[in-house]
Amino acid sequence: MHPPQTVRPSTDAAHSRRLGYSYRRHLGERFIEAILFLMAFISVVITLAIVAMLVSESLVFFEHVSLWDFLTDTQWTPLFDDAHYGILPLVSGTVVSSAVALLVAIPLGTITAIYLSEFAPFAVREIAKPFLELLGGVPTVVYGYFALLFVTPALQKIIPGLPGFSLLSAGLVMGIMIIPYVSSMAEDAMRSVPMHLREGSYAMGATRFQTALRVVMPAAFSGIAAAYILGISRAVGETMVVAIAAGMQPNLTWNPLEPAATITAYIVQVSLGDLPHGSIGYQTIFAAGLTLLLMTLAFNILGHVLRKRYREIY
Amino acid sequence: MRDDKNLNEIRTIIARHKLWDFVFMIVGILALMIAMLTFMALFSHMLIDGLPRLSWDFFTSFPSRRPGSAGILSAWVGTTLVMLVTAIAAVPMGIGAGIYLEEYASKNLITEIIEINVTNLAGIPSIIYGLLALGLFVHQFGFGQSILSAGLALALLILPVVIVATREAIRAIPLVIREGAYALGATKWQTVSHHLLPYSAAGILTGVIIGLARAIGETAPIITIGALTFIAFLPPSPIKDEFPYISFEWLMAPFTVMPIQMFNWVSRPEEEFQVNAAAAGLVLVVMTLTMNGLAIYLRYRMRKNLKW
Repeated sequence: MHPPQTVRPSTDAAHSRRLGYSYRRHLGERFIEAILFLMAFISVVITLAIVAMLVSESLVFFEHVSLWDFLTDTQWTPLFDDAHYGILPLVSGTVVSSAVALLVAIPLGTITAIYLSEFAPFAVREIAKPFLELLGGVPTVVYGYFALLFVTPALQKIIPGLPGFSLLSAGLVMGIMIIPYVSSMAEDAMRSVPMHLREGSYAMGATRFQTALRVVMPAAFSGIAAAYILGISRAVGETMVVAIAAGMQPNLTWNPLEPAATITAYIVQVSLGDLPHGSIGYQTIFAAGLTLLLMTLAFNILGHVLRKRYREIY
Repeated sequence: MRDDKNLNEIRTIIARHKLWDFVFMIVGILALMIAMLTFMALFSHMLIDGLPRLSWDFFTSFPSRRPGSAGILSAWVGTTLVMLVTAIAAVPMGIGAGIYLEEYASKNLITEIIEINVTNLAGIPSIIYGLLALGLFVHQFGFGQSILSAGLALALLILPVVIVATREAIRAIPLVIREGAYALGATKWQTVSHHLLPYSAAGILTGVIIGLARAIGETAPIITIGALTFIAFLPPSPIKDEFPYISFEWLMAPFTVMPIQMFNWVSRPEEEFQVNAAAAGLVLVVMTLTMNGLAIYLRYRMRKNLKW
């Protein structure tokens, strides 16, 4: 086989210039790759910046307040004259509101996911899935409005004596808000279970419910667990609903009927005021933020471990 | 005789299981209904309270101490400008990162760190981004409590959304397209820019719209950087009379955005302000639902028309 240059030698040089290894072209490619790499690496820089920012401001905070006081004091009154810096009241508010939300979101989200993945006819799924997705897109401040002006008055009719702000109504609305996240992720996990597992189960005479419960759910366990973890970290980090509907008074309580501030609500409350940069009050929100980040990080790692450990490979 | 009895037992067992099956189906429909009905309740509650308040004046008035004449002019202008900054910052960066991770990255430790990191970023509560922006943009970089700080904070927040959407859209393109381009002598970047990017544009656009819809509704990070809740003026206009005709002063201007305006009205005790909150919420919900709906529609169209 003859290369083209034997036929048309005149274009040989031009051809090899255009098609051969070109240093300039090579350099351009490398340059573009480097830029794209930097863009990807920015996400790592963001994480490092978040950690550095929270830790450095918190370190200044812990020069004033001992870690022991921070973890054991039962009062959080950093802006008062008699200042106490115990994170427990904020943590209790966060835990209670998240627990209420999860009691709503996990059962309802799971049932919705099973229904959509195993029971629902095609048409229902085609309508319900986008609708749930739309629900997930409603701004949280709107859910806060709903919790304060619709759910709380409604609950007050059922539970007389419920205060105008309560962890219960914030938690309930937060739970409804989280359903789409949990259900769509859990459903994806269940849908990715191979059909032949279901067929095997049906062939043994199992009903859809039995198949869903004993075959599909165990097979999709890692994905469902990941969906729950996502729900938990959403609930813990949720801000506007609790800031609007649960009140902003730090209150060490485990009773959802009381008003209390969460970590996020405290940060909002301080930010709404005008705290000078570098004051102890300014540093408290970073210490609170670090606590929040550690809490969500713990859940994210747990989710990662669960996913790795219980992943089923077909 | 014995067989008959056995058969009957089996029949009752089957009937019982079928009953459970049916019961669960009803429960499933109810669970789905709860989420949907809640949304209906929310929307109709806001509609009843807020709709009478919606008028042209509402969009063209500044917030005011008198609830009857208060409007959302500064809020929607602020939201528009902040979104502009967010989109300009997040879209190129997110697409670039997505292309790198999907097409260029070799399997090594750094790539793995970046990938785990993108997943983790998506799980960080939005208010933490606010704290980062407060420390970094507002104080360290000296941007102040400005549109620029807010836009950048939200850009960081939606970056993972754009990256993930870009990766998924590019991953869906079959390998033969790349091989065809390489066979014709295209370089990697030519393959990406002439083929992969145009073919994945709709998918990327879907992700960008969903990300921006999320950013429009985000309140917490913007409160954290210290956006004011009462703004009765507009940022300086980006277009000027004299040379060079474009001004970037607005980037540094104080601002408010729709969700903050709504939050401000919700937290006031007077009922008239809560009517304003309902009206603002209605505008906000319609805005985000339209964007999300558009994204869902685009995806639906894509799935239907795309045949490789």
